[in-house]
This record gives sequence, C-alpha cells and structure tokens, in this order.
Amino acid sequence: MARAVVTVPARAKRGEIVEVKTLAQHPMETGFRRTQTGELIPRDIIRRFTCTYNGTEVYRVELHPAMSANPLIAFSTIATETGTLAFQWAGDNGYSVTETASISVE
Amino acid sequence: MSPRTALLFAASLTCAGAGAGDIPRAERRSGYDLMSRETRAIQDDDATNPGMLWVLDGEALWNRKSGAADRACAACHGDARTSMKGVAARYPAFDAALGRPVNLEQRINVCRTERQKAPPLAFESRELLALTAYVARQSRGLPIDIAIDARSKPFLDAGSEAFHHRQGQLNLACSQCHDDNWGKRLAGSVIPQAHPTGYPLYRLEWQELGSLGRRMRNCLIGIRAEPYAYGAPEFVDLELYLMWRANGMKMETPAVRP
Repeated sequence: MARAVVTVPARAKRGEIVEVKTLAQHPMETGFRRTQTGELIPRDIIRRFTCTYNGTEVYRVELHPAMSANPLIAFSTIATETGTLAFQWAGDNGYSVTETASISVE
Repeated sequence: MSPRTALLFAASLTCAGAGAGDIPRAERRSGYDLMSRETRAIQDDDATNPGMLWVLDGEALWNRKSGAADRACAACHGDARTSMKGVAARYPAFDAALGRPVNLEQRINVCRTERQKAPPLAFESRELLALTAYVARQSRGLPIDIAIDARSKPFLDAGSEAFHHRQGQLNLACSQCHDDNWGKRLAGSVIPQAHPTGYPLYRLEWQELGSLGRRMRNCLIGIRAEPYAYGAPEFVDLELYLMWRANGMKMETPAVRP
C-alpha cells in the first residue's frame, strides 16, 4: 500500500503564507541494515519530493538514507491564486505516488 | 512449590489490585504526559500523525469484501464511526463461546473466520494492525470502560498476578518499574505508568505501528524473560489487567510514543 496524505488550507487570502503538510507511507529502508543471517537489506527510499502550484514548482526535496519512515514534509508557500497544488513522491523500486489538493484564494 | 514461595505467592495475590504500590487514581498519567512537546504535537495533529496512515488503510479494509462469505465488515456493522464507537475501550472482553477474554485483534479474527469465512490475519500483520487501529480510532477521547464480572474476575486476577510477579533473569516485576518508579529514567527514557491508552500506536523507535502485545514482548525481553507468543492467554490476561487499571482514562488511538 502506498498512501500519502496532504493537508492544505481550503481557502486563503491573496498573499497569505499558508502551511502545507504531507505524510507519505514508506518504510525508508536505508540499505545499511542486515538481516539476522548477515545479508544486506537493499535500499528502498523515496528519492525526490516535488510540489507544483498551478504548474509552477514551489518546493522540492531530495531525500537520502537515514530519514525516518513515513516522512513528514511540511513547508509554507504564498497563496497567489486559486488553483491546484500537485505533489509527487518518487523513489527506489519504481515508487511513485501523486496527490493533489485545491486551494481557493480570495 | 515450597511453603516459603507459597506464602510469597499468597502475599502477592492479596496485594494485587489494591497493593501499597498501586498508583492513586489522581496521580495516573498517560504516557502522553511524559513525552516531549514535539512528540505530543505529532500525535495531536491528524495531518502529522503517521498512525493515521494505518487508520486510513483500515477504513479501506473495513469496506472491502473478504473471505468465502464475500462480505465486508461494513456489511454487518455498517458505518464504523457509529457502530464501533467505544468498542475498543471495552476490550479485552469476555467471550462466552471461548470461555475467556479476547482482545480486539482476536475479536477481529473471530469475526473473520466465523462471519467472513476468511483465514485469520497474522498478529502484527499490516492488515490486522490497520483494522484494529481503525476500530480503536472510533473510541478516541472516550474513557476506558472495562467491566469485570464473576466470569472475567479470575482472568483479571491472573493478569494482576503476572504484573506483580518477579520474572526473568533480572528478576523484575512489571510493577517495580511502572508502579514504584514511574517518572524516573531507565537509561535515557522516562518510565511511564504503563496505561495502554493509545494502542495500536506508532512508536518512533519502531518506525511503524505496533500492538500492545509487541510492547509487552519488548518489556519481557528487556527483563530477560521468555516472551509469550502474540495472542497468548497470559498476554490477554495482562492486557485485561492493564486496561482495567486504566479505567476512566481517555483513549488516544492512534497514539505516538518515542
């Protein structure tokens, strides 16, 4: 199961700074751990997170090993116009999840 | 059993439930109160609480048809937000057919095998944790309400005995940490009072959701005792005692703990 939850205020005033919170379901296996029999557990992490606001990239993260499982990424952006925030997580083993949220700007 | 151990055994039974070491009702604290401000903030906001990922998975499973009967949980129970409200706060509960208390995970599996005609879910499997978290989430904010009658009393006493009984290579009883020394530190960690208010919960140490059974197995390994299997009667008795001991405290599922 690959689930992601995003929280964006439904409405905001033009020019207002809004907080965006995202939570992605992922084990974030570092690639440094071994099993009880000594075999290396292959790395399985999210590599990149991007957020676009009406097509314009407003936030991007590159993720590395040693970040927690189910990473919480929270950031702020300026509410410029009514529209859609699109989120994308991409990672090892073809992991790819997209999510959208709409915001109404007055 | 020698006369001396028999005497000690009897003494531990009489102090069980209302012993000198028990925490007064007014001084009971959820593990939540002993956490850092930052960890509390993660739990308080559904947008940041990673346990909600399992709750959402549980909601999907609740509505999905399963087993030879091709029925979903929702087909019998309807909307969990009303039908499951307060249910988790009453578990473990006595099951007349089995003649003993069952915990919430076991109740879900009884429903699966008897009503859905589906194979039981493995303990600590993602599906069972998700369903349990979804059901228990409906009791968030409600007080724990374990009713003890003549049928369940022997099991409560067995759980109480297990809590106050020294065991393992370190020869420690649960009560020595959680009744007598709560609030102090064991290495860097604060010793909580062991009130199971938020299970299944997300432990930052585990990096995932886990059941009370997993937590109790950790504790037993910590005192170098042989841990019981998941769902073992000994664990369910202890779970019953712990929930009864926390009667009246508010459910927090899915809680977050360090």
